Amino acid sequence: MTTQPQEKLVISGLHAAVEGQEILKGVDLEIGRGEIHALMGPNGSGKSTLGYCIMGHPSYEVTAGSIELVEADGTRHDLLAMEPDQRARAGVFLAFQRPMSIPGVRLADFLRHAVTNVRNPDRKEGQELMPMRDFRSELKAKMADLSIDTEFARRYVNDGFSGGEMKRAEILQLAMLRPKFAILDETDSGLDADAVRLASQSIARIGGAEMGILIITHHEQLLEHNIPLRTHVMLGGRIVESGGPELAAELHKRGYERIRAAYPEAAAAEQSMQDALGNETAQPVTA
Amino acid sequence: MTTPAAPALSNTFDRASLDRLLTDQHSGRAVPAWANDSRRAAFERLETFALPDRRDENWMRTDIRLFKPKAWGPRRRPGPEAPVPTGLLADFLAGDSSGGESFFDEAPRPSGTSTQLAGRLLSLDGHVLHEQLDPALASRGVLFGSADRLLASHGDVFERHWFSVIDSQCDWFAALHAAFHTASTVLYVPPGVRIAEPLHVLSGLGEGGIDTSHVLVVLGDGAEATVLTETAGGGSASGAGSGFHCGGTEIVVGRNAFLRMVNLQNWNTGVWHFARQKAVVHEQGRLQWTLGALGSRLSQVAQDVALAGRGASAQVNGVMFTEGRQQLVYNTLQHHEAPGCKSDLLYKGGLQDRSRLVWRGMIKVDKAAQKTDGYQRNDNLMLSREARADSIPGLEIEADDVRCTHGATSGRVDEEQIFYAQARGLSADEAARLVVAGFFQQVFDRITILPVREALARAIGSRIRRIS
Repeated sequence: MTTQPQEKLVISGLHAAVEGQEILKGVDLEIGRGEIHALMGPNGSGKSTLGYCIMGHPSYEVTAGSIELVEADGTRHDLLAMEPDQRARAGVFLAFQRPMSIPGVRLADFLRHAVTNVRNPDRKEGQELMPMRDFRSELKAKMADLSIDTEFARRYVNDGFSGGEMKRAEILQLAMLRPKFAILDETDSGLDADAVRLASQSIARIGGAEMGILIITHHEQLLEHNIPLRTHVMLGGRIVESGGPELAAELHKRGYERIRAAYPEAAAAEQSMQDALGNETAQPVTA
Repeated sequence: MTTPAAPALSNTFDRASLDRLLTDQHSGRAVPAWANDSRRAAFERLETFALPDRRDENWMRTDIRLFKPKAWGPRRRPGPEAPVPTGLLADFLAGDSSGGESFFDEAPRPSGTSTQLAGRLLSLDGHVLHEQLDPALASRGVLFGSADRLLASHGDVFERHWFSVIDSQCDWFAALHAAFHTASTVLYVPPGVRIAEPLHVLSGLGEGGIDTSHVLVVLGDGAEATVLTETAGGGSASGAGSGFHCGGTEIVVGRNAFLRMVNLQNWNTGVWHFARQKAVVHEQGRLQWTLGALGSRLSQVAQDVALAGRGASAQVNGVMFTEGRQQLVYNTLQHHEAPGCKSDLLYKGGLQDRSRLVWRGMIKVDKAAQKTDGYQRNDNLMLSREARADSIPGLEIEADDVRCTHGATSGRVDEEQIFYAQARGLSADEAARLVVAGFFQQVFDRITILPVREALARAIGSRIRRIS
């Protein structure tokens, strides 16, 4: 573990609402590059909302607090002032729980735009893309590394993909974009045990000293190859408890009853949020 | 572009104008009597017509109240200094394309590849400026070029097809076209002759210009050809000014012949565009017919395919993109006259601003046309809330052993798609363009002529603004 000053993603006192309904009620979280954090919690506790707020989803309104990138020398960059694509170019990545399909656009072409922009943050539309030859060889190498057939890149982005294929495509994009900070929103959901193990291994290969990762999950399997430095538990829109990897194992085994009992205020907030939303998970609302 | 207005010879399309056409073809060649008879008959019909109006089912969604027929008449031949508008295909035929960098084609191509043309014809304001045909093809009996010239020299080849395919008597515009067509093009490919390279026809308009050109394509049995026709100019690029196109296209595909036909309509947005287009496909003949439409103030197009011989097939592709207050109306007919034929129509439209797109399609299956396989589909992508698209599919089936299906969709660019792409570093505009490009990809995949695909993709990409 590094003790030198490092670049950090710093979330302070974050409040956020969707359609006037407050979901996040004061979230504090710090992730350094090279660190793995796990974020757990029952459905509807605000985990995905946190991911969307970090990335800048237009349906989520941040009502208080801050999200900043803080460089090793202390220089601060306000993510909330940036468009989602600027955040991506600044080194932030969100692996979607439910990625959108873009029919007619090949994954390779989509990724070539993405990689070019993220690596040349000042690129304007219409300027040169990464040379096809370089891009191809890099993409092929990454696909081989992740045991993904190269034909996959010819398919249209998430169009007709199975749940597992979508998650693999997200991991492939993570590998190509090499962000400073990655939020993986239930990259294990909908996968069978073998697929989760493969995903866990893949993430471990991609991560490393250069990447801070926030893994949002219900299960500990995804953490098998990605031992978290810290495990955080979210309930009712707040992080109510943090601990080591043993906390993830406990929650996976025993559920959230102990947490709810220990934090009755957050449990009450959870209940009222679910009543208000009328569904179990907070889904983005299309404008 | 500052184009001097071409002065009218006569104020209107009247009998005096007709008489001049009957006697004074610029070539100085004798016009065959049958061709003149055809003009006269059309003129007699024209005199009996009023402009079509909304009581006519084909015109009920077309607003031509601001079209003033008396404002138009034949134009003088433009001088040599008159600027000739550039077609959409110019860059791509010349090889100045983005090549392997295009995200529509992953396979890299050597840069600077140019498409050789088998022949070309260029006209401006209804006057042929230039025509040429590969001499090697001419020596094999291929006829291509100005109708004025070729009807006189090869009337035996063209007479039985000339204005026999489209209905030249059905309304005011059809009759006007048949009476006053000029700068027309004919192509004849003898049986068994296969032309690998495309033939290119560009019809240009200057400010306030008129184009009444006719195109007749006849492929003999077993022949093959690719014909690219495009229109450009008329009014200013900003949409000010005006122009008038009243055209017709006739296509005859012989037995076992294969034609790839492309009509690209890219007038400036002040131009009135009226066109009647029909193909007849004979036994085992194949037709791939692509319409691309980006221009004009208002378009009314009839596109008919008749499958007249057993086992004939037609694939019809439509790529439309409208903006501003453009209004484009298409009436399509897939007429199955013979058994065992296949027709497959896919029209895709993108609309922004307050533009309007209408597609009214019909699959008609005659009693004799058993084992028909007919399909028609229209997908529209709305890029603004003020745009409007109407899709009206129709089936009229008299045979009992057929498979005919149709579909229509209308959708918007999804903000979640934009956010997803933004999260991967694409700007919102870039994401929107990518989503729209993806929408058209399905029809681009069907168009097997690379320069056409690339030209349409680039032209559409450059028109898309941020989704409102």
